[in-house]
Amino acid sequence: MWGEAPETDGRRSPLLTAAALAVWCLVWEAVGRAGVVSIVPPLSRVAASGLTVVTSAKFANAAWISLKAFALGLGLAIVVGIPLGILMARSETVGRILRVWVNVFVSAPVSALVPMLMAVVGIGQTTVVVTVFLFAVFVIVLDTEVGVRQVSRSLLEMASCFGAGRGALYWKVLLPAALPEILAGLRLGAIRGVKGVVIGQLLIAILGVGELFETYSQNFLFEEFWALVIVVFAFAYLVSEAVAGLERRVEHYARAR
Amino acid sequence: MVEVRRVSKRYATGVEALRDVSLAFPRGRLTTLLGPSGCGKTTLLKVVAGLVQPTTGEVRIEGRRVEGPGPERAFVFQDFALLPWATVLRNVAFGLELRGLPREAREETARRWIAEVGLGGFEQSYPHQLSGGMRQRVGLARALAVDAAIILMDEPFSAVDEQTRRKFQEDLLVLLRDRGKTVIFVTHSIEEAVYLSDQIVLLTPRPGTVHRVVQPSVERGRRSADEIRRDKGYLDAVDEIWQELKQHVG
Repeated sequence: MWGEAPETDGRRSPLLTAAALAVWCLVWEAVGRAGVVSIVPPLSRVAASGLTVVTSAKFANAAWISLKAFALGLGLAIVVGIPLGILMARSETVGRILRVWVNVFVSAPVSALVPMLMAVVGIGQTTVVVTVFLFAVFVIVLDTEVGVRQVSRSLLEMASCFGAGRGALYWKVLLPAALPEILAGLRLGAIRGVKGVVIGQLLIAILGVGELFETYSQNFLFEEFWALVIVVFAFAYLVSEAVAGLERRVEHYARAR
Repeated sequence: MVEVRRVSKRYATGVEALRDVSLAFPRGRLTTLLGPSGCGKTTLLKVVAGLVQPTTGEVRIEGRRVEGPGPERAFVFQDFALLPWATVLRNVAFGLELRGLPREAREETARRWIAEVGLGGFEQSYPHQLSGGMRQRVGLARALAVDAAIILMDEPFSAVDEQTRRKFQEDLLVLLRDRGKTVIFVTHSIEEAVYLSDQIVLLTPRPGTVHRVVQPSVERGRRSADEIRRDKGYLDAVDEIWQELKQHVG
């Protein structure tokens, strides 16, 4: 279930999406060729240098470091965020103590804390991992809590009536019932995680994709710069779509709650 | 035999739901708790289920004090309480799954009860693909599948339309016939109570107290539903209960 490709959404016409995309590509190409704005080269040249960028060893290295930071940070956010969200929903005390902080941090501009992080954990991969974690974890906590809270009282009473122990209550009732919200939190967390990688690395400026961005923009290599932007955007989009595909699979059975 | 001894319940909000309720539910009989909304009948049922702790008093089943839910009791919920992500088969087998029965055994039992309640062929359907009446049949099959001696039903037919409800009442009597179950059934419908019950407990509201216990003399035997609904004992009981409850309405 987890590894499968996202289902195509029947309500959206793929043809229309492709056409819209094509129009914008043409506009970009035209603007680039007219030379109106110096930082925007024609799309065709961006694509061409994109190919050299993507195939370079430098990019492979940067991508690997960035992916590692992303996976570690997001993994940590999931491992911490889901249990914390459940705990907040199930324990009135924990919920009351933590809710206000989670709400503050979920809307706060966490990027402002990254320079502080550098002072605490040093300048390096750890900072980026922690940044990804901080970007992703709060929305996961929040959505998990909402999901567990909205599980109907009678479903819990049913489990208790028919003899569910603590483990069965969580694994067979609470978690599956909260799964749509947990996945929504996961999708938002993953999107924020991508931002976390880029922002963390940009602020540190000596690592991964962030370092490449720095190099390209400082040296006026706008073709390479835009190529990298497209790659990062596409990655964020694909991650989000993959989780959204999972969500749609879950939705079909959760519709009648 | 289920005994409720001097049970009172006051919620943390200060609402007094039950005051000094003492009742006996004879084994193998169907007893209804009847009364207007707010008379604490669902609270009383949940106290018997072990889902709600009484403030004072106790419930005893065959002499043993109730401390929580137990395998000798099964519950049918007003809103069905089905797992939306599970098929009819898994939902009906869920009580047995929680008891740790192997898959084969529990599914065999579940299939038998699915057929008994008239849902044969819907084993692989999901709850949202079924009508309200069919969903409650799933809830009923789940309660029967665990083979509990006592079945607690909380307004099980209130969420379905009148025609479905009548058919369901008739089917329920057939399903329970000769099985010796002790059933406690909560309803606010006088007709439903008289049609189904061996014993009717009239509760008065705010706080819930026992007003009277009525044993309707309805000649059921193996007569058809329509014959029962024309029975003089049935009509008299409906009228008598209405006269009793009328003073508490409005």
